[in-house]
Amino acid sequence: METKRLVFIAVGGQGNLLASRLLGEAALSMNIPTVVSEIHGMAQRGGIVESAVLMGDVTSPIVSGAEADVLIGFEPLETLRALGKCNGDTVVITNTHPLPPFTVAIGQGAYPSPEKSLELIGAKVGKLISFDGNAIAEEVGNPLSLNMVMLGALIGSGTIPVGAEEMKKVIAISTKKAFLESNLKAFDMGMAKAN
Amino acid sequence: MHKLLIDAPGEEVLLLGNEAIARGALEAGVSFATCYPGTPSSEIPENFFRISMESDLYFEYSTNEKVALEVGAGAAVAGLRTIVTMKHVGLNVASDPLMTLAYVGVKGGMVIINADDPSLFSSQNEQDNRYYARLSSLPMLEPTNTQEMKDMTAEAFGLSEELGLPVIIRTTTRLAHIRGAVRLGELKPIQTSAHFEKSPFHFVAVPAVARNLHKLLLEKYDQASEKSEQGPYNQVIGDGKWGIVANGAAFNYVKDAVSDLGIGDKVSILKLGFSWPMPKGLCADFLKGRDKVLVVEELEPINEDALRALAQEKGISAPIQGKGVGAFSRLYEYDPGMVRKAVAGYFDVDYEPSVVVNTSDLPALPGRPPNLCAGCPHRATYYAVKQVYGTDTVYPTDIGCYTLGLLPPISMADFVICMGSSVSSGCGFSRATDQKVVSFIGDSTFFHSGITGLVNAIHNNHKFTLVILDNGTTAMTGHQIHPGVDTTPLGVERTRISIENLVRGLGVEDVHVVKPFKLKKTIEAVKATMEYDGISVIISQELCPLFAKATGQFKKSKPFYVNQKKCKNHRDCINLLACPAMYLDGEQVEIDKNLCVGCSICAQVCPENAILPLKE
Ligand code: SF4
Ligand code: SF4
Repeated sequence: METKRLVFIAVGGQGNLLASRLLGEAALSMNIPTVVSEIHGMAQRGGIVESAVLMGDVTSPIVSGAEADVLIGFEPLETLRALGKCNGDTVVITNTHPLPPFTVAIGQGAYPSPEKSLELIGAKVGKLISFDGNAIAEEVGNPLSLNMVMLGALIGSGTIPVGAEEMKKVIAISTKKAFLESNLKAFDMGMAKAN
Repeated sequence: MHKLLIDAPGEEVLLLGNEAIARGALEAGVSFATCYPGTPSSEIPENFFRISMESDLYFEYSTNEKVALEVGAGAAVAGLRTIVTMKHVGLNVASDPLMTLAYVGVKGGMVIINADDPSLFSSQNEQDNRYYARLSSLPMLEPTNTQEMKDMTAEAFGLSEELGLPVIIRTTTRLAHIRGAVRLGELKPIQTSAHFEKSPFHFVAVPAVARNLHKLLLEKYDQASEKSEQGPYNQVIGDGKWGIVANGAAFNYVKDAVSDLGIGDKVSILKLGFSWPMPKGLCADFLKGRDKVLVVEELEPINEDALRALAQEKGISAPIQGKGVGAFSRLYEYDPGMVRKAVAGYFDVDYEPSVVVNTSDLPALPGRPPNLCAGCPHRATYYAVKQVYGTDTVYPTDIGCYTLGLLPPISMADFVICMGSSVSSGCGFSRATDQKVVSFIGDSTFFHSGITGLVNAIHNNHKFTLVILDNGTTAMTGHQIHPGVDTTPLGVERTRISIENLVRGLGVEDVHVVKPFKLKKTIEAVKATMEYDGISVIISQELCPLFAKATGQFKKSKPFYVNQKKCKNHRDCINLLACPAMYLDGEQVEIDKNLCVGCSICAQVCPENAILPLKE
């Protein structure tokens, strides 16, 4: 199959490592060769956490500059910062809800306006899908389900050969009962955003 | 049941590299596992910890890597299959036992997992530990993917027993923290005990014995060389005239580059998986048939230099290059695009790289460095110490979450090189300067290697203050236990060592145990140390809230909010504490009630009493 290189970018605590792992498991369940890479450790204390999922005929677990087929950004500033991973054909899926870093609060730099950021991104890449993922997570009553919203949007975008049913099966196995309904709902609503 | 204990040979599962290593060990019937945690190796012991609760595996978090290796040595010399895991700098700590354990050898297979960290994702340096194999004459295996991580670990035990030597497996961050498909093998039963056969002329490394043992080691090394010639981990792929030599994570980038560039018929790759002792025969044969050779290895030019020397010895004239080709340097990790470009450039292959979008018109983006969590007790302790000691005091610090005190607005980290250095360098700073010195060390790091420094400080009459940040866990690496932890909530029984008793027992007279969220009292204690002429120790006790939550010990408190009627907006809270739960809404400070854990420290800092607990 065609190689797909996906980059997930998020702020520590937003749950992108779980999202990329579940995607890897769903792909494996469909016999799609997959490798996932994660960064653990210091960055997880509120810094930028990147993970990558590569599918198809590829063994390298990371994505070089300009080589992402899909960039999934959990926070608009971080999506903007990760643009170096993108080329003119990259599909960018981003949450629009800002999470200003504390450097802004202590006066070291200004948070770029989300509208302007989206405009910049949209003009550069192949396709931009953007929505307020936090609003969806709040709506389903589970603020931690942002990663499910983003996974839903990724599957909905049709950019990778992983199906919604396989994805949901994996989510169902790995989610605590109390959160299952809200997670699946978040996933479906994310999917609808990208369709 | 723990997922690594499933008895399903032939099944394919997605495993983290570190999980694959743990599984490999279980498939070899490992009986004994020790470690000190360190990124990127920490998930191996985390899995062993849980597995040991439901199987016969003996596992311990040892006090430090040296201790872990020595504990493991006892088990392996007695005859049990033993695994010891650590990060690259941990092997520095364990290097003392390592060098002579190589002489003495082992009876039960012993595998040492060493995780390097090119690009320093979570480390203080990016040293290349392939040198330790050379320094110790011990065999080294370097896997390239999750399947090999499992398989090599499983087989390394047998190799270790055949040679009578510990075997080192070297991973890097991009192996330890990748997830890939692993086909499971069979689990072996765990041998629970062994009988030690005495043989002092083999095991007691006094000079007369060690002289013989060194000879024995070199003989074993020769046997290991024969084994590395035979594979299966050293192999030549393809038969083209262009040669590429690769190891570890970089092998994957080479493989992808060759296929992306469509030069598979022109290239042959020498993959070095059993990289030390170097398979000289295989390497020489490989070099002989090539027009030119590119060596692709992260960090130091170890294979490159060795291959050049070999070519000289064998009279082979094919050009051999590595560092300096394309962007290959001794710095940082490689990546697929960089390797593709270097391969294309070296062999003169046309290709069109993807073009990065234009980023020149992006606004300046504010940084997002990591930060202490909301409600982290370290923030409170730092605040209290700074109130008293100000900014001219020298603040040696140590390795853990609290190293983040480096960043503004805390800015209280002046020196750190390795585990334990805060205490001993404090001795040096206090003697060499006329500045005041306050050293910071975490509880786990204190047990790891702070105690000896403190003994030194007391014995040599140094005068400074040591703050032990006791948050009841090894937080940075993922909340492991250590000798000072109350382990009952985790369902295991370990004897808890009181830091206070230990410090008093050593003879420190000025000891203060404080609760950092009681700000006034903490500041008073800090002030008292300022007056004291000698060694003062402050033990700042408060559980890491993340650990407390994960172990059901968290005492829920109400989140706080900013009463905008009272707030005069001088922003002491944000400017002095920068808790990540605080943010600016326009010009006003607000607190995110979902992030705030109610530690109350901001409320104590606010001079207007404008920060109050939320009434639900
Ligand atoms: S994990 Fe615990 S110790 Fe580390 S920064 Fe967070 S609260 Fe502090
Ligand atoms: S009480 Fe204040 S300092 Fe503590 S977590 Fe909440 S906002 Fe942060």
